[in-house]
Parts: sequence; structure tokens; C-alpha cells
Amino acid sequence: MNVMIDLATSYLGLKLKNPLVHSASPLSENVDTMKRIEDAGSSAIVMHSLFEEQITHESRQLDHYLSYGTESQAEARSYFPEANSYRVGPDGYLEKIRLAKAALAIPVIGSLNGVSRGGWVEYARLIQQAGADALELNIYMLPTDPEMSGPEVEQMYIDTVAAVRAEVTIPLAVKVAPYFSAMANMAKRLESAGADGLVLFNRFYQPDFDLEQLEVVPHLVLSTSWEMRLPLRWVAILFGRVDVDFAITSGVHSHEDVLKGVMAGASATMMTSAVLQHGISHVSVVRDGLVRWMEEKEYASIAQMRGSMSQKHVKEPTAFERANYMKMLHSWQSDPTGFLP
Amino acid sequence: MPQVTNIRRKRPSPPAVDLESREAPARATDSAARSNRPLVCRDGNEAAAHVAYRASEVIAIYPITPSSTMGELADEWAASGVANLFGAVPRVIEMQSEGGAAGVVHGSLQAGALTTTFTASQGLLLMIPNMYKIAGELTSSVFHVAARSLATHALSIFGDHSDVMAARQTGFAMLFSANVQEAMDLAAVAHAATLTGRIPFLHVFDGFRTSHEIQKIDVLSDEDLRALLPTDAVRAHRARALSPDHPVIRGTAHNPDTFFQAREAANPFYAAVPGLVQRAMDALAQRTGRAYRLFDYVGAADAERVLVAMGSGAETIGETVAALVAQGEKVGAVRVRLFRPFDARALIAALPPTVRVVSVLDRTKEPGAAGEPLYQDVVTAVHESTQEGIAPWRTPPVVVGGRYGLSSKEFTPAMVKGIFDDAAQQRPKNHFTVGIDDDVTHTSLAWDPAFSIEAPDVVRAVFWGLGSDGTVGANKNTIKIIGEETERFVQGYFVYDSKKAGARTVSHLRFGPRPIRSPYLIEQADFVAVHQFGFLERYDTLALARDGANLLLNSPHDPAALWDKLPALVQRQIVEKKLRVHCIDAYSLAREHHMGARINTIMQTAFFALSGVFPREEAIAHIKTSIARTYAKRGDAVVRANHAMVDAALSHLHEVQVPDARQAPPGAGRRERPVGSFVARLLAGEGDALPVSAFPPDGTYPTGTTRIERRNIAQEIPVWEPDICIQCGKCVMVCPHSVIRAKVVGASTTADAPDGFHFEDARWKELSGMRYTLQVSADDCTGCRLCVEVCPARDKSNVARKAINMRDRASAGAPRAHWEYFLGLPEIFTPEEGGVGGLHYNRVKDVQLRTPLFEFSSACAGCGETPYLRLLTQLFGDRLLVANATGCSSIYGGNLPTTPWSTNAEGRGPAWSNSLFEDNAEFGLGMRVAIDAQASLARARVRALRDPADAALADAILDADQSNEAGVAAQRHRVAELKARLRSHDTDAARDLLAVADTLVRRSVWIVGGDGWAYDIGFGGLDHVLAGGHNVKLLILDTEVYSNTGGQSSKATPLGATAKFASGGKATAKKDIGAIAMSYGHVYVAEIAMGASDQQTLRALLEAESYDGPALVIAYSHCIAHGIDMAKGMTQQKLAVESGHWPMYRFDPRLAAKGENPLQLDSSPPKMLLKDYIYNESRYRMLLQSNPEEAARLLDRAQAHVVRRWKALVRAAGRPEDRTIAGAPE
Repeated sequence: MNVMIDLATSYLGLKLKNPLVHSASPLSENVDTMKRIEDAGSSAIVMHSLFEEQITHESRQLDHYLSYGTESQAEARSYFPEANSYRVGPDGYLEKIRLAKAALAIPVIGSLNGVSRGGWVEYARLIQQAGADALELNIYMLPTDPEMSGPEVEQMYIDTVAAVRAEVTIPLAVKVAPYFSAMANMAKRLESAGADGLVLFNRFYQPDFDLEQLEVVPHLVLSTSWEMRLPLRWVAILFGRVDVDFAITSGVHSHEDVLKGVMAGASATMMTSAVLQHGISHVSVVRDGLVRWMEEKEYASIAQMRGSMSQKHVKEPTAFERANYMKMLHSWQSDPTGFLP
Repeated sequence: MPQVTNIRRKRPSPPAVDLESREAPARATDSAARSNRPLVCRDGNEAAAHVAYRASEVIAIYPITPSSTMGELADEWAASGVANLFGAVPRVIEMQSEGGAAGVVHGSLQAGALTTTFTASQGLLLMIPNMYKIAGELTSSVFHVAARSLATHALSIFGDHSDVMAARQTGFAMLFSANVQEAMDLAAVAHAATLTGRIPFLHVFDGFRTSHEIQKIDVLSDEDLRALLPTDAVRAHRARALSPDHPVIRGTAHNPDTFFQAREAANPFYAAVPGLVQRAMDALAQRTGRAYRLFDYVGAADAERVLVAMGSGAETIGETVAALVAQGEKVGAVRVRLFRPFDARALIAALPPTVRVVSVLDRTKEPGAAGEPLYQDVVTAVHESTQEGIAPWRTPPVVVGGRYGLSSKEFTPAMVKGIFDDAAQQRPKNHFTVGIDDDVTHTSLAWDPAFSIEAPDVVRAVFWGLGSDGTVGANKNTIKIIGEETERFVQGYFVYDSKKAGARTVSHLRFGPRPIRSPYLIEQADFVAVHQFGFLERYDTLALARDGANLLLNSPHDPAALWDKLPALVQRQIVEKKLRVHCIDAYSLAREHHMGARINTIMQTAFFALSGVFPREEAIAHIKTSIARTYAKRGDAVVRANHAMVDAALSHLHEVQVPDARQAPPGAGRRERPVGSFVARLLAGEGDALPVSAFPPDGTYPTGTTRIERRNIAQEIPVWEPDICIQCGKCVMVCPHSVIRAKVVGASTTADAPDGFHFEDARWKELSGMRYTLQVSADDCTGCRLCVEVCPARDKSNVARKAINMRDRASAGAPRAHWEYFLGLPEIFTPEEGGVGGLHYNRVKDVQLRTPLFEFSSACAGCGETPYLRLLTQLFGDRLLVANATGCSSIYGGNLPTTPWSTNAEGRGPAWSNSLFEDNAEFGLGMRVAIDAQASLARARVRALRDPADAALADAILDADQSNEAGVAAQRHRVAELKARLRSHDTDAARDLLAVADTLVRRSVWIVGGDGWAYDIGFGGLDHVLAGGHNVKLLILDTEVYSNTGGQSSKATPLGATAKFASGGKATAKKDIGAIAMSYGHVYVAEIAMGASDQQTLRALLEAESYDGPALVIAYSHCIAHGIDMAKGMTQQKLAVESGHWPMYRFDPRLAAKGENPLQLDSSPPKMLLKDYIYNESRYRMLLQSNPEEAARLLDRAQAHVVRRWKALVRAAGRPEDRTIAGAPE
């Protein structure tokens, strides 16, 4: 590797040795695996998410099943032994942060997933106390209530961010979905509410239908590079206009994807699907590809290229806007092969 | 003869006893109990276990009600690292039976460890052989017994002294505690005295009444216990241990020359025990102020009538005596604490010299004896002391004996008064009973039920709840709050019914300024809460309310409209008794807080708000603190939800305006005593009032009685959608309570159907033109939803709508008339030749048209066991004998007043019996050999009576092929004809054949039980029965845990599952009982799971039945003790199979005989990881949540075990191993 190439980047005020951040995934549930991810070259790890609903659900489930059927019959007043303690609530998660911090040299970013302003918000403070270098607030919400208006949804986001911001002093990134009427305005408001960074975008796992059982089933499809286009566009649009760091989190699979992300303006590019698909060693493959490409193209540093293709800088800014859509439709209609999907 | 003196050896001497010490310090007073030491709320089991645990190094256990809690606590404490007095954590070891536990105790004692055990009832009986040994070897140990009835004409889990009285001859000392404090104090006395005196002790307290009663007590500290337990005696105990460093032998065999003398050699040790016990009691008194004597007298110094009793009954007697003496009566009572060795002198010394009549009460029955044990001892003591001239009287008192309180029958002050009244008669009745109406042999004493001695300053509260609503838990919590946050003394006792689904609970709580000595139910309550509105219709809930009492109702109705919703009787009672009525809609409130049916916190808050025990604000604070303490472990969300319910409860509590008396509805204001059959009286809660003559003397009862119960416990019931139904029968197949049934009838039969009764065209090609119907018995449904979950047919325009869906009971229709009409429809599927043909026993869809002969059991809603039993009766019910091991299936199968085993239209059906827990395989084998013997005899007699001129019938009978159902049916016709002919022959030969002729029709013996029986306590017998080659069928309803006694680990419990006695996750794999059985080669073996394949289940049962030899069927039975959503039980069964945890197979020795591989694997290779099955269940998730590292370790091992077992099965089945196994670590 050419030592002259400087891959360093700054994300949420954290100095990262490269933009390859490992995003919240099942792989970050185990400290040994996290260590391997670090060894493969990732520059920071976002822990798997602590879910508001999961904590509530686990607590209620445990209570329900330990109580169910008890004190009903003379012979069996209960059905389970009482353990001294259960790791419901954030304790296990916090312990993992502590272990990860002890085991890893790279920054560890906690991840909290919730949509309300309930008591769970205090977990943000606990995550900070456990030693997390930063916190990613993952707002994963599908507003299905017909009575709930767009402004109400937006305000819920803002309130949630502000509530979490009030709990912590560590850098705060907010991960959102792209479905806002006014994404740019929303980004601005999130910044005002206290976000230091925006992570674009949450992928909604869309359920599938099982035609045999006629049931709705959860279905996980790993991302493809193609999916990066949406966050790529928005990072490029928002870069320089909203004063936060950006991270791209959907569809980062190759060093080309990383390059595109950085050029759009991202400080960090987050890769999960590709690592799940190809293994942890894929991180080093991407990093090496990145270096090779930069060497070939004679780039000296990541900093040098960051935002270089953002809307502010490209020759044709309308490419990111509605004109791009019209251009695409045109090319579709003129597909000479007739075989495009 | 050799000179004995020459070989006399140095003898171990019994400890010296200072007889003066028998003059004990002053009696304990209530004020002594109220020292500065903090008092806490405990039940008797915990009180005894507290001491036993601390004084022991090895604890061998086996679950049996009502003592299981002691073992469970010991196990939990050990798992938490609680140390004993010696600074170590005791080894707690669960055994396969009480016999096994006693063996471990014996061995552990021989090797020098301080050892204890806990048991009751049949468990104690199984320990008796070892008890003789332990006592015979003068070995210090204490067995703590929550005394319980023995199974005689029936099993009973409730309390009396039959069990310990059956062990009184073993040489164990016997010390009786009468209340919760004593259960702790005398436990310590027993542990101390056994160490000093070397005689082992039974420490006895009354099952349920003391074991389960919560009282506020002083807990002995470790310092107290250390001070009581003599360390030199502990060292001496260790020094007597078997050791290769100073070897001796014990357990030798003696000959006639030596045994007798050696047996007498222990006498001095027994003689020393009373003094040692008194010394330990005195030491305890010095530390605690609570003084006890071997025989404690209370009452008038010049009493003329004295009662003698032991156990909790003595509390009631003591309390009543105090009240009667205050009224000037010359009565008294002796409480017996040390029953063995019986210190006659101490008893005589305790009796006042003025006594004229001694009435001795035994809580046991010894049929045929000259009298019950305590009575006989008192007679002997009085006689001998008089004879020896040491008695204080000139004329010895009259001694009479009586029985009371068998199986926790209530024993009240009114009964005590009745006994005293009778003792005042010229000739007091001897060998009496009290508390029942014996109109057969006229033993019972009369007593006045209106007599009451309840103190006015004691608050009495009664709560009617449903098992699932948390009432009992809330009340335990209330007791703790009041008992530990105020100066008041408390008492809590809980009455459960025998149903597993829809169980009713009644909580009896007392609060007062003095220790409460009233071990009997409340009859005049100051506060009555009815937590289920429906109870107002079904039970006389207000009978226990005193005038002016507070009534709290959980009501779904608007407070303003509530009065009109109350049953007339309740209205009358409210008006007449001038009750203050409050209501709260707790279910709505709980639902708002996502707490389902858990109304405990809400009702508790309402109780505190109304009872005025604390100012409201203070009460709220206490409840909230208590909630935080109780639920903190389960997470903030639960604490928050409960706190929110507390806050909401007060604003939803309303007073109900009661019209004045003039507007109250007319009427007697008392519920009429129900008139009806024996069973109906029991169902109405009138059992206590039934006289002896109402009962069969031998424990024989009719079957088919659950059908008259109509319990109405389901809020929602399944409703059939004929337009979607494909008539597959799966809902009928899985219904645990046989409330969903299908029939096909001829089109002409349907003409008289009631309005709204629906038929569809039958979807059988064999039954074209006929009509199909599916009906639900709404009265008997438990609302479990298993049927809806398995229904495969969905509405093509709305997939949420299936062919069967749950609907609110009120809107569901399903009138009883429809069900009655349905029951009257003829059954199409009969095995008779010439019946409607084409239906097959090996098709689920077809078999579901057969009438089940197992219905409406009291099993849990969604039970995984009962569908197998029901199927068994659909297949072979009319010729079935069932030997049922004790456990869930014997309780829901045979707990009076009703039984689900029923009969078909011809009156035939399963004949059922339960012997014991440990001997069920042998019991069933006994049935088999009896039938075979009678069948052989019958055949011989048929041959002998065969008339060569008219031999067709005899030959047909003798040569009958009964290998299929049609053959059996044909034989039944022949035997009926034979019997008809025999009846016309007035000869002994004809009568002899008639007596056994029925056995010429093939009979099927199924031996049924749970995994506790099959894998553990009954395994020896099961193994032997399989090995013997007899034609018996064994069905294991494998829930992988002791379900009936509350979730203790069995050898069927899987690796990694949490259970009681395996709190840290079971570290060893489940026993492969199928593999063991297959190893014989001649045993038909099948592992089945209805939820994974109903077809395979059906096939296995048919093959097992048809096999002329032993068959073992192991049936996966999901269970409430798995911690699952019971509606998903069948889904979990499927996952158990798909993950490889429960491979389905059939091993048929008949195939081997044909040269084929006998093992047929019926499942596919595991296609999912074990974790995706097990982590749906709390029994596994608990470990994941309490110790994730250990859970991960055990999961790895469990997954590897699954793979290994699967591969072994594949190899054995000769299947190619070319398919992969999901997640298999290679």
C-alpha cells in the first residue's frame, strides 16, 4: 500500500482512519466479531441497535410468561424458577459497549432505535456512560395512522432528536428514512434539533406474502449497489447546505461505491450487506481497492475528494433534481433492445 | 453359650440429659414474639426450608405437593450461592423418586454430611425402607414433611397426618409444628436434637394449612441457628462417617442369635430424646423468648374437659379454649409437639389433675384399629400412669378419640366447641368424627356452625379471583406490605380449585394487632372483593360478607347501571347485609395499559383505597415500592405499566348507590340449596354438606360427567364458516377439550334441524349426497385458539378470515340447542360390517367423524396432551382400559367431581384408573394379564360348552380375527349372542362363562402418563414391562418437565432448558427413551408430534395398537410450563420436528421379521436451527436473559446433540446421508 495515500476522514468529530464504517448489523452483536471487523480495516463500528420496542417487548414478554398460569392451582403455583436477575432492558447492551471499548482501538458508536419520547430516551445517557464514542439515533418509523399528518410525523422526529440530544454530550448522528416531503428542510431541522450527523438512509425491510400459507412473512433482502443511488443523491444535494456530517448506509458494496459516496460529500460510508454476503475480509478488499483506485487516479487523500461531486460542484446541478428524472424516462423509452427490465 | 460379658464392647453412650431442664421457662407469650427483631411474611414451607437449608450440606429432593416448594427454594438458594451455617453452598440434588432421594440421604449421612430432604404423602412412603435403616443406624438427620393424605379410595393433595402416621414405626422421632413460626422454630429444634441425640427426626407440619399459609414471623438468624446447633455434635456426626482412613462396616446381615439384642441396644438413645428436645426448645426460648414444651397445656388450671391434638388443629383448639375459658368454662387443651418418642410422663404432667374427660383428636384414619395412633398413646399413658401410681388423679379420666380434618377438611372453633359439649355429656362419644355428617355408622358429633370467636379487632378480607388474573399474587403482596410496613400481624390462606383452565381462587386474609392463630377459613368478612363479575351468578360470593361489609366488584358495567346488572340474590344480600358497594372496570383499565387480563395491581390499589389500612397516599407509595421490588427484574416497562395502572385505578373506582331496603327485590335473600345428583351437588360447591351415605365406599364413580359441568369460561369461542371450510378435520383433531366436533349424516336426517343450524355437502367421494356439519360447544370451550391456528382454509377475498375464527362469546351465536341437536345426530363412522363404508381409520379427516370418548377435561386451555388422549378414544375408546400415572393427566382425567372419560351411545367407553405415580406400567400390565387370564378361561369354557351339533357360534368366537375394527365389532356381536344364549341356561357352567365372556372381545390396555413417570419415577417398571413382551401400549405425554407439580426438571427435560431444579439450564441431554426401547428389538416404538404431522400420529397409534406386543409411543406435548403462547402450541410442535429436536419415527419389529429395516424415519432432515425453535419458548429464553454466556454454550451443545442424534437415526434407518442439515456444525 502506498503510504502517501491518506484515507483519513472525520465523522461526528471522530478521527477515522478511513471512511469504511461498519454499520449496525448482527455482526456487531459479538465482540470477537467486532474485533475481526476492526482487524479487517473498518475505521469505526456502529453497534447493533438497542430497540425501544424490543426492550419493552422483552420485559413484557418475560413478565407475561413468568406470570402466566401462576397462582391458579394448588399443586403448581408457578412453572419456572426465579432467577436472580434477567438481562431485559439495556444492561446486556451496555455491557457489550464496555467490552467493545475495551477490546477495540477504533471508535464504537452506540445505536438506539426508537420513535417516541418515552422513558427509553434515558438509555442514550447510559450508552454514553458505557463509553460509546458517539450515538446513532435510528428513527425507523412507518406512519400508518391515517389521522397522523406529515407535519406531525416530522415534529415527532424533531422532538425525539431533541430529547435524545438533551440526554447526551457525545456526538449524535441521526439515521432516517428518505420518505419526507421536504428532505432538505427536514435535514436542516434535524441539524437544529441537535444532530451532528445524518445517516442516509434507513432501508425498510419490506414484508413478503407467502402464497402457500397466505401469510405475511418478514423478508430480508440484502442491499445492492444500486440502492446507493438514493442516499448518494441526497448527500450530494445536502452537502455544504446543512452543517452536519453525512454517512451513506444503503448499497455500499465496493470501493467504487465508497468513492462515489465520499465524492458526494459523505464523511463515512457504511457497509453491511456486502460484508454479510462476502465475509468480514471484504472490508480489506474494499479498502485495498480504494487505495489502488486513488493511486491510479493520483488522489492524495479522501479529504481532497470529499464533496467533489456534490451538487454544489458538479457541472450540471440539475442532474440531481427533477431534470434527472426526465432524462432517465427518456432513455427508458428509447431503449433500443426492448429488454430492459 | 458364650459369655456375653467377655465380648461386651465399649458402647457409644447416649447423651446425658438434665431432667430438671424439662421444667421449662415460662410459656411463650405474644409479646415475647414481638421483640425488636424484624418480622417478615413467610409461609410454612419457606420457614422450614430456611432452617433446613442452613443446617445442611446435602439436600436430596423430589417434587411432591405440598412440599415441593421447600426443594424449589433450596434449589434457588443454592443456584444463587446462598451459604449454609458452615460457609458452604449445600449440594441440592434432584432424584428420580423419593425412594431415590432417601437413598441419597442415607448414603450422604453415612459419608458424614449433614443431610436433609423434604417430602409428603406417597413420597414419604417411598422413603420408609431407608428410614428404618437411617434410624436403625442412629444417624442424625431431619426430614421435613408437609403432611398430606395418602391415596386410598382416592388421591388427595391436601393435608392430614396419614402419611407421617404411616412412618411412625420407623424409629424416627416426630416433632409437630402447629403454625408457620413453629415450622421455623421446631425445624431448628429438630436439627439440634437429632445431632445431640443421634435419632433422626421427622419434622411435621400440616400440608397447605401451614405449608402454604403466610404469617408474619421472626426469622431465626444464622447466629441463632449456630447457637442452637451444637458444634461438637456436628463433629461427632462427621467422626462417625464411613472412612477408609478408619474403616468399619455397616449394613451387615444378622442371624437369629444377634438381631434381637442389637435391636434393643438403641433403647437408651430413644429414652434420651425427649430431654434433648426440651433442652433445644429451652435454648431457643432463651434466644427468642418463644418457649415450647413437649406437651403444652393451655386452659383453665381446674379444667375438667381437655382436648389433645397436634398440628395446626391444635391452634384452633388453643384459640377456642382461650375464648371458652374467658366465658368461665373449665376446659383446656394439650398440644402435642413431640409425638415420637412418646413421653407418657410428660403428657400426664401436662394434664391438669382435675381432668375428667380427655378427648384425643387424630388427623388420620386407621381402619380396623382399636383407635387412631394419638388416642391409643394417650389411653396407654393414662392407663399406665394410673397403674404405676404416678398420675395426679384418683379416678382416671375418661379418654375418647375422634377423627377430624382429613384431606384439609375445615376444622373450626365451632367444631372444637362441639367436642367440648359432647365431652360434657354423661357418656361422651368415643371414636367419633367431627366436621362431617356420618349418617352410615353415626360417628359424627353435632356442632353449631353459628358459633364464632372471631375477634372484632381483626380485619378479615375475602377475594374471589380467577387463576390468570393475578388475584393471589396481589394478595400475597398486600400481606407483605401490611405485614412488613405496619405493626399489624397478618395471615393469608389461598383456596384453589382443581381445574387447570379457568381455575377459581379464593383468598382469605386476616390483619390484626396480635399474632393470628386461626388456621381456618373466614366466615364473616369485613371486605369481600369479587374480581370476576361472572362469579356473582355462579357462586354465593357474598355468603361470607358480614353485615355492613365493604364489597368491591370488578365490573364491566357503568357504575350508574350496575345495580340492575346484579343477580337478584346478590341485590338482596347487599340490601339485607347493608353492604357498601364499590366497582371498578379493571379489565378495561388493564387492556388500556397493555396488561391483558392482569388486573392484580388495579384491584390491589382499590382494596387499599377502600380498606383504610393506610392513608391513600401512603398506600399508593407502598404499592408502588412493592411493584418496583417485585417487577424490577422483569424490566422497566413492566414496572412503568403497573405504576400507571395504580395511578389510574383510583380515578376509576366508584361507589355504587344501593337502593334502600324497601326497593330491594323480594325473596328469602338466601340461595336455595341446589337439588340434584351427587355430581351436581359437588359442582355447586355443596360437597362439604354431603353426608357419608352419599358416597360410594370404594372410590368408584360414573364416567362421562364433565358434560354436565358447562363451565362457560371462554370469553371468545371459535365460530365455523361453512363457506370456507374444506372439512379436513384438523380443528377437531387438535381441540384439547373436544368441543369442536364434526358429523356427516344422510340428507333426510337434516329435516328437523333447529333454525340456524348449518349443513354443507359432505366433501367425501364415498359420502356423496350426504351432509356435513361442524359444531362448537360454547359452554365447554376454553377459548384456547388452537383450532384457529391449525385451520388451513382461508377466505380467498380476506385471508384473515379462516374456516374457523374466534368471536366474542356474546356475538358468536352457538346456542346450546344446536349442540344438543348435534349430539343427537347419528354417528356415521362405525366399524360395524354393513355400516356406511369407505371411511378409514388411517385418515385424519375420517377419524374426526368418530365420537370422542374424552371430553371437556379440566386441562389447561390449549393443552398439548389431551388431543392425543381424545384421538385414542376415537380409535379404540369402546374397548379401552387406561392405566393412568399420577400427574396432570390423572388430575384432569379423574379429579372429582367429574371425569372427561365418557361413553358412546351403546354405553361403552374407556375404563380408567390411577394407581400411583411410580407403578403405572406395572399397574397396566396387571390389567393386561388379568384380561388375558380371563380370556383364556373364557375360551376354555367356550370349548367345554361347545355343542358339536351347533358349533358355528363357538367356532366363530374361537377363530375370530380381531386384528381390525370390523373384526372386533363382529366378535362383539357374536359374544352378545353367546351371552343371550347363556342366560337361558340355568347352569353353573353357563354362569361361569357369562362372568368372563366379555373378555372374548379384544381389549386394549393403554398405559398413559407424563415424562416424570416414564423417564424418572416409573422408569424401572416401564422398562420391565417393555422387556416382558406383553401386549400393552404405553403412551408418554412428554411435556419434558414435571408439569403438574409446577415445572420441575425431569430426565426428559432438554439440554439448555430452564426448569425448577435446573435453574441454571439443564446441562445434560434429554434421555432418549425411544432408543432404549428400540434396543430390545421386540418393542414397537414411535415418536410423534401431532402439530408436525397428525397423519403420522394417527398411523403410529394404529400400528402400536395392532402390534401383538409391547408398544411405546412418545408424544410431544406442548405445555404451559414451556412458557409459550398456548395458541401456538401446534406450531411449536412443528418447529420441534423441523429443527431436529423431535425427530418423528416409527420402529416396527414386524418389518424386521419381514427382513426390512424396522426403523422408518418420518421427518425430513432438520431444516432450521435449533435456536429458531427453542427461543420461542420462555423455558429457553429465560437462560438467554439470565445467563447469556451459559445459554450460548448450552445451545452449541444442544445443536450438536441434535445433529448427532439425527445422524444416528439416519444411519439406523438406512437412509442415505446425502441431505444437509441446517446449521450442522461439521
